[in-house]
Amino acid sequence: MDYTNQRTFDHDDDGVVVVIGSGAGGGTLANGLAQQGIKVVLLEAGGLHTRTDFHTDEWRAYEQLSWLDPRTTSGSWRVAQDFPNLPAWICKTVGGSTTHWSACSLRIQPHEFEARTRYGDLEGATLLDWPIGYDDLAPYYDRAEKRLNVTRTNDIPGLPGNNNFKVMYSGAQKLGYECNTGHMAINSREMDSRGHCQQRGFCFQGCRSGAKWSTLNTEIPEALATGNCEMRTRAHVAEITHDASGKVTGVSYFDGNGEMQHQKARVVAVAGNSIETPRLLLNSASTQFPDGLANGSGHVGKHYMRHMTGSVYAAFEQPVHMYRGTVMAGIIPDEARHDDGRGFAGGYEMETIALGLPLAAAFLNPGGWGRDFTRMIDQYDHLAAMWLVGEDMPRDTNRVTLNHDVRDQHGLPVANVHYDDHDNDIAMRNHAYQQGSDVYRAAGAVDIYEVPPYPSTHNLGTCRMSEKPEDGVCNGFGQTHEVSNLFISDGSQFTTSAAENPTLTIIAMAMRQAEHIGERMKARAI
Amino acid sequence: MTHPSLSRRVFLKASGGTLVGTLAFANGAIAMLAPSTSWAVTTEQFDDHQARTLLIFTRHLLPHDTLEDAVYALVVKDLDRQAADPQVRQQLTNGIATLDRQAGGEWLALNEDDRQAQVEAISGSPFFKTVHGSAIVALYNNPLAFAHFGYGGGVDDSGYLHRGFSDITWLPEPPIAASGTIPVDSTPA
Repeated sequence: MDYTNQRTFDHDDDGVVVVIGSGAGGGTLANGLAQQGIKVVLLEAGGLHTRTDFHTDEWRAYEQLSWLDPRTTSGSWRVAQDFPNLPAWICKTVGGSTTHWSACSLRIQPHEFEARTRYGDLEGATLLDWPIGYDDLAPYYDRAEKRLNVTRTNDIPGLPGNNNFKVMYSGAQKLGYECNTGHMAINSREMDSRGHCQQRGFCFQGCRSGAKWSTLNTEIPEALATGNCEMRTRAHVAEITHDASGKVTGVSYFDGNGEMQHQKARVVAVAGNSIETPRLLLNSASTQFPDGLANGSGHVGKHYMRHMTGSVYAAFEQPVHMYRGTVMAGIIPDEARHDDGRGFAGGYEMETIALGLPLAAAFLNPGGWGRDFTRMIDQYDHLAAMWLVGEDMPRDTNRVTLNHDVRDQHGLPVANVHYDDHDNDIAMRNHAYQQGSDVYRAAGAVDIYEVPPYPSTHNLGTCRMSEKPEDGVCNGFGQTHEVSNLFISDGSQFTTSAAENPTLTIIAMAMRQAEHIGERMKARAI
Repeated sequence: MTHPSLSRRVFLKASGGTLVGTLAFANGAIAMLAPSTSWAVTTEQFDDHQARTLLIFTRHLLPHDTLEDAVYALVVKDLDRQAADPQVRQQLTNGIATLDRQAGGEWLALNEDDRQAQVEAISGSPFFKTVHGSAIVALYNNPLAFAHFGYGGGVDDSGYLHRGFSDITWLPEPPIAASGTIPVDSTPA
C-alpha cells in the first residue's frame, strides 16, 4: 500500500474540497471525489498506522488507535458511570473507525427510513422520517456491497463459522431462529489483492492480514493514487471559516507540530464521527452563526443516538475459546423486525462478539470485584458471547454540547455527551437480554451474564437529515440547510438509528454524496 | 474449570518481558512451580510490608484461588511504577497505613474474613479505586494470566484458521449454508 501524496495543494488553493476525517464516510467520499478528478485535501486528526503496525495486545492496540482526547459525559446511561471520560470507543487514526469495526455490513430495512410514520408519536422521542427512502440508497448499497466484497452478496461465500458461532447457531436452531455467519466485509476468499481471513480474532485491533475492508487499505491509497487527493495526517480541525455571504471558505487546523494552519476550500465535508462533527460546528460559532455553524435550527448536537446495546455472555461445561476467529462471526436477524406486540418499537440484531482476556476484564462487569466478578473470568475459556444492537430513540435532550470547563490539548472546549435511555430502549434491552439468554440456555449454558453497554462505537444523529430545514441540519444529500457548500458526511446524518450496524449505510451515503457533489460542482451550483 | 498450565516456555516468555527484575526467587528457578510464599516482589517505592499488603489486598479484590502470587505481583509492580508520582505514592501508603490502623496492628495478620470485611468497608474509596484500576489491567494482561485463564491471545499472522478456530465437537456441526468453507488456497501453518 502506498500512502505517499502524489500531489500537494497550496493552502490558498480555494478550488479544493476539504474532507475532514478519513473513516467510513470521509475516506469513501475523498476517493469518490478524487476518482471524478476533483481536487481533495483529506485532513485526518490521527496518524498513519498501517496494517503491519497493528498489535494483538488489546490495551496497546487501544492506545494506538482510539480517540483518547478528553470528553465528558452526563445523563443516566450506564456508560457515564462506568466510563465517565470515555463515552465512545472510536478511532483517531488514518482509516478512522473502519480500522476497528467488526465489518458487519447490513442494509437498513425499508420501514426504518420511515420510523415516525411506522412507529407513531412516541412520547419523549423526536422521531422523524428520513428525507430519503430505501430505494434512493438501494443502488448505492449494491455498489457498496460489491466494493467491500460483502459475504453472501454477489455470490461471495460466507465466512466459515468459529466456535462462538457454533454455540449461537445451536441455540438459535432450538429456538427456531435463523442464524448464519452474516454479511461481512471480510474476504472469505482472496479478492482485490487482499487475502482471505485468517481467523486471527483481532478485528477490533486492526486487521493485520488486510482481509477486512477499511478505508485504510482501499479508499485512501486509491484516492492518493489518482493524484487528485492530498492527505494530511495529525491535522486537527479547530474551526470552519466562512465569508460574509455565509459560504464556508476553508478550515483552520492544528498541524502535527501544534501550529495553526488554514486551508482554503470550495466545499467542506465534515466526517469526524457523530461526536466530533457537531463539536466542530459548535466550535465554529461566529457573529453570523452565534449558535454554531449551520445551526440556525438548533439541531446541531441533538438527537444523539448510540444504539440500544448490551451483551449476553454464557458459560458452558465444555470449552468455547470465543476469541479464536472473527469477532462478529454469527448473526440472528429475527428480532430486527418492527412488531409492537413485543412492547417496543423497532428491532434489534443478535451478533456474536468476543473480547480477549484483557478487555473482557475491563468490560464484562465494569467496576466489578470480588467473587461475583472473578467467577466470570475463571470461566473465560468456556464463554460464548453475543452483542445486542438495536434501534434507540432519538431525543432532543440526548445531545453533544461543548463543555467549556474542560479543554483539549489545543485549548478547545471538549464534547460532553449526554444520554438517557428512553423507556423504549429499556424495554428493548430487557427483551433482548431475555432472548439472548434463551439462545444460550437452549445451547446448554450453565451460567448466563447480562453485560451492560460498552462505550459507544455507533454514534449517530447529531446533524440529522430532514426534509424541512427547521427539523434538522442537512438535506437528503448531507448538504447543510443553511450553508450550501458545507456537507455532513458521516453517521451524524442519520435521522433515526435503525437496528443495523451503520457503516455500510454511511459508505453507501458517501458514495451517493460524492456523485452529488461532483454534479453540483460541474453545474457551478457550489 | 480452568487449571493453571504455566508451561516453562510461557513462564520464560513472561519472565523475559516483565518478571525478571520484578521478582526475586526465594529458592531458585524451581520457584516457578513452588507455593506462593516463595515469591518476593522487588519494589522501588514500597517496603516489603507495603508490597505484601498490596498483593494480598489485590487477592481480595480479584480472588482467583489457583492463580499464583507471581501474577498478582505484576499488579504490585504496576502500582510501584505509578507511585513514582508522589501523590499516588502518598495515597497508597496512607491507604495501607489506614488498613493497619483499623486492624489495630497489621491488616495482614487478620484472618481472611476480617481482612475481607475491611476491604468491603472501603470499597469505592480513592485507595480502593487506584488499586482496582491497576489490577483490572495488570492482572489480566500478561502471558501468565493468558495461560492460566486459557486465552490464546495473538498467535502469528496465520491466525487460528488452522489452530482450532472451529474445533469444538460437543455441538453438532452447522450446515455449510449457514457457515462457510475453509478457503481452498489456505494451507496449515
